[in-house]
Amino acid sequence: MSAGAALVRGWEVVIGLETHAQLSTASKIFSGASTRFGAAPNTQACALDLALPGTLPVLNRGAVERAIRFGLAVGARVAPLSIFARKNYFYPDLPKGYQISQYEIPVVQGGRIEFALGDETKTVRLTRAHLEEDAGKSLHEDYHGMSGIDLNRAGTPLLEIVSEPDMRSAAEAVEYAKALHALVVWLGICDGNMQEGSFRCDANVSVRRPGAALGTRREIKNLNSFRFLQQAIESELEWQIERLEDGLAVEQATVLFDPDSGATRAMRSKEDAHDYRYFPDPDLPPLVIAPAWIERVRSEMPELPGAMAARFQRDDALAAHDAAMMTQSLAFARTYEAVRDACVAQGGGRTQAAWPKLAANWLMGEVSKRLNAEGLAIERLPVSSAALATLICRVADGTLSHSGARQVFDALWGGETDVDAVIEARGLKQMSDAGALEAIVDEVIAANAKSIDEWRAGRDKAFNALVGQVMKASKGKANPAQASELLRRKLGA
Amino acid sequence: MALTRDDVSRIAQLARLELGAAEQAAMLEQLNGFFDIVERMRAVDTRGVAPLYTPLAALGEVALRLREDAVTERDERAAHQAVAPAVQDGLYLVPRVIE
Amino acid sequence: MNTGHPDGVAALARALRERRISSEELTRTLLARIEAERELGAFLCVDAEGALAQARRADERLARGAGGTLEGVPLAHKDVFVTRGLPTSAGSKMLAGYASPFEATVVARLGAGEPGGPPGAGMVTLGKLNCDEFAMGSSNENSAFGPVLNPWDRTRVPGGSSGGSAAAVAAGLVPAATGTDTGGSIRQPASLCGVTGIKPTYGVCSRHGMIAFASSLDQAGVLARSAEDCALLLSAMSGHDRRDATSSERPAQDFHAQMRAARAGADGGRPLAGLRIGLPREFFPPALAADVAAAVRAALAALEKLGATLLDVSLPRTELAIPVYYIIAPAEASSNLSRYDGVRYGHRAAQYADLAEMYRRTRSEGFGAEVKRRIMIGTYVLSHGYYDAYYLQAQKLRRMIAEDFQACFAHCDVIAGPVAPQVAARLGEQAHDPIKAYLADIFTLPASLAGLPGMSVPAGFGDGGMPVGLQLIGNYFGEGTLLHAAHALQQASDWHLRTPGATA
Repeated sequence: MSAGAALVRGWEVVIGLETHAQLSTASKIFSGASTRFGAAPNTQACALDLALPGTLPVLNRGAVERAIRFGLAVGARVAPLSIFARKNYFYPDLPKGYQISQYEIPVVQGGRIEFALGDETKTVRLTRAHLEEDAGKSLHEDYHGMSGIDLNRAGTPLLEIVSEPDMRSAAEAVEYAKALHALVVWLGICDGNMQEGSFRCDANVSVRRPGAALGTRREIKNLNSFRFLQQAIESELEWQIERLEDGLAVEQATVLFDPDSGATRAMRSKEDAHDYRYFPDPDLPPLVIAPAWIERVRSEMPELPGAMAARFQRDDALAAHDAAMMTQSLAFARTYEAVRDACVAQGGGRTQAAWPKLAANWLMGEVSKRLNAEGLAIERLPVSSAALATLICRVADGTLSHSGARQVFDALWGGETDVDAVIEARGLKQMSDAGALEAIVDEVIAANAKSIDEWRAGRDKAFNALVGQVMKASKGKANPAQASELLRRKLGA
Repeated sequence: MALTRDDVSRIAQLARLELGAAEQAAMLEQLNGFFDIVERMRAVDTRGVAPLYTPLAALGEVALRLREDAVTERDERAAHQAVAPAVQDGLYLVPRVIE
Repeated sequence: MNTGHPDGVAALARALRERRISSEELTRTLLARIEAERELGAFLCVDAEGALAQARRADERLARGAGGTLEGVPLAHKDVFVTRGLPTSAGSKMLAGYASPFEATVVARLGAGEPGGPPGAGMVTLGKLNCDEFAMGSSNENSAFGPVLNPWDRTRVPGGSSGGSAAAVAAGLVPAATGTDTGGSIRQPASLCGVTGIKPTYGVCSRHGMIAFASSLDQAGVLARSAEDCALLLSAMSGHDRRDATSSERPAQDFHAQMRAARAGADGGRPLAGLRIGLPREFFPPALAADVAAAVRAALAALEKLGATLLDVSLPRTELAIPVYYIIAPAEASSNLSRYDGVRYGHRAAQYADLAEMYRRTRSEGFGAEVKRRIMIGTYVLSHGYYDAYYLQAQKLRRMIAEDFQACFAHCDVIAGPVAPQVAARLGEQAHDPIKAYLADIFTLPASLAGLPGMSVPAGFGDGGMPVGLQLIGNYFGEGTLLHAAHALQQASDWHLRTPGATA
């Protein structure tokens, strides 16, 4: 349990999350229909997805494989035998009148997710993760008072990841969800596209007086953005606390969050929720996973973010924070490693120890700033790792000033590819000719007696002004370090 | 234990069946008749016996057979919706769904 | 030695291959007979054009010396198998006029073959056969499209749920028909109509394309005039199907060869030498009608004369099979039938105020009384707080029942007894007490629960000259042994050759 969380108006918050991660298979969990998003309504709903009479489910190996991957990644037990059950309820987007899910014996049992909350490391225990099929969609725009049903999504494989009620604040729940999201995307088992519903959370929220028994929980369904997750939990907490403080009881319920009103409301369609009549699906014998299969999947696992971050700290001497930034996603980490290696290759071993840090700084600085500004993921970085490395080397060997480097980066972003050609064409090469710099420095000293007196009087700012003058006179080509060093010498400091 | 009228209406609601008064009365009588037959079964001691959910499991462990992850189905919407009670723009139409 | 029924599958296949008859003329003859026997109510739909077209194609193939093992031999399918080009209703108003976009594996294998698969047996489909709604019943009176009459006495039921199949074969409208058996739906009507029927081991025939009643019990099988004919069809329709996760992965079997293979130590006069037939004392209770008992004993004596030894065995939980079955089957059915909601296909109520009412009205109008009864039972036993006491308890007893069989098979090869406690009842007799009818399934339910293969073999006649069937139950995948014993009996007897007088 993560303890010592802040109370809200004297109430302890208890949150557990049920997350539906859509597995990145080509076909559905029990049929050969495509899972591609955005097809015309019902063009990807085959006979089985429509529950036509006589159809039978056959389980997709790819879905199981992804569940095993997840289980191994979170240190869970991958059940050697798990069972598919039928969850019976009537709903127009549920063609069979039951959902095939795992109930008593899920494929993934236990496990944990670790993440940073501020400078604290939190651990949330997982109860289980089970395979199940998604339902279709009800489109509510009016068809003469009717709803339209699109079953393209029916039968899409989901991994439902259930956490223990270990979270003690909305912020912690959001960080957990982000860490989980990063992990499933890292593992390549889910595309993580939240707009398309590939990663959705249900939040079980309750409050209690510290030390008291668990309060009655309400489940907020289908939160498909981290922002909504935060807002929904916060407004639900408000509602529950007010109710309790008014001496009213909270009744167990399934609620929906309305982003417009920012409030939660109970769902009508869950009348039978108390009685799903689960029983083992007689069409699907037990799922048996042999140790050899688990070992094969283990051998194909990518290095996990935690391990990779540790490696960056150990081998590249990156600070913990920097290492964490470099492993924010697999793509980001791959880019970092490419840039770092290119720096070493181009810049040579001379200052090798410095390259990783320089590469990391650039990725956290200019690169991230620009990516965020344009709302791009690192996969879309328009600058090649090699070019970025050359740029970093040119700064390191003094050819470029930082302002010059920024100009070159803009050019690369704009499509240029040859760093040195850009430097040449735009005359960004820093002045290294000592004679020319000395002449400029003498001019500046002659023309700024006032500043010099102020500086001598103890105003450091004035010195910076002098350096500024030198840079100005050199049209930015002077190396600021050289310039101030020369100034100090000439002023006998 | 005998079922009551309330049990029958609760089950009918779960099963989405609408039973007329006479139908409901007959159903109540028949269900109770049936559950009299069932009582004998409930008395049997089955402790330690594993349920037999699929018959061939009586021969030994039955393992679920899997299919490879491949798209094998084409779009057959036209054929599928030819037998549908109500469709529009490729969607199945139902009375308003209230979530 | 008798070569089987002159109008049987084996004889017809031979005649067709030797071009002594053409599939087209044979098909025309049967279509005429079907037309003349409409009153029986055996067929729900007849596809004359389609059948004749198939027959002509079969004749072309036969002319080239090509074609499947049963090329050109006509048959009809129980209406729970989905068929392309022919409507499939499962005997329910819910699916009246439903057209399936795909075909059941069993239908395809007996016919032209599966899409992208090897060619099928080449049989000609004449139409679809009447049955109890969603295969729930044992009198065929639960069909939404009217009852089927027993060809031996048209005031009596043919049995069910494969009543149309049994009546059609008995009346000579088809040489063979497919059926499905969940708790006795092939064996019981075969017995009541005096034809030979086999329900193979669970998993031998694919359930793909078979409209589900109770998934862990449903099995496809055959009704025909002889064990040999059953063997021929079963060989063609069985075998692994990747579209059914419960279908057995055993290689395809030649049941016809297994049927003919001589037993070690057997000789011409005693083909069943060394065969040990167990008679469960629970299968011969006082409640067993005397005429049925006498016929069964006579058939057993005939088997003994053929070299078999009879021994007493016990299936102590035989009576418990009734509650166990009537909990498991309705539970699975209540879930399997939830898909009939009027949204994507099938019946939808004309009048409804909202979604909830559309569901309730659609299902109440679309389902018949027996189906509703079983949905209610199944929903109840699965509902909150009752699962362990009913469904789980029943599944545990199911294993005990299966173990009882294994205890018997430790010292016998085949188990035998009656199929049904009485000969065919009069139409309407069971209508007033549906629960009482469940009790009559007592002898067929145990093998169904265990998933064992079972047959009904004609064993003479009882009161009113009505047929009586002998039930043979084999061990898992012991179809060959059953067919061999039944074939030996039919080589030495003529009960299976008798036909009802009244045919057009």
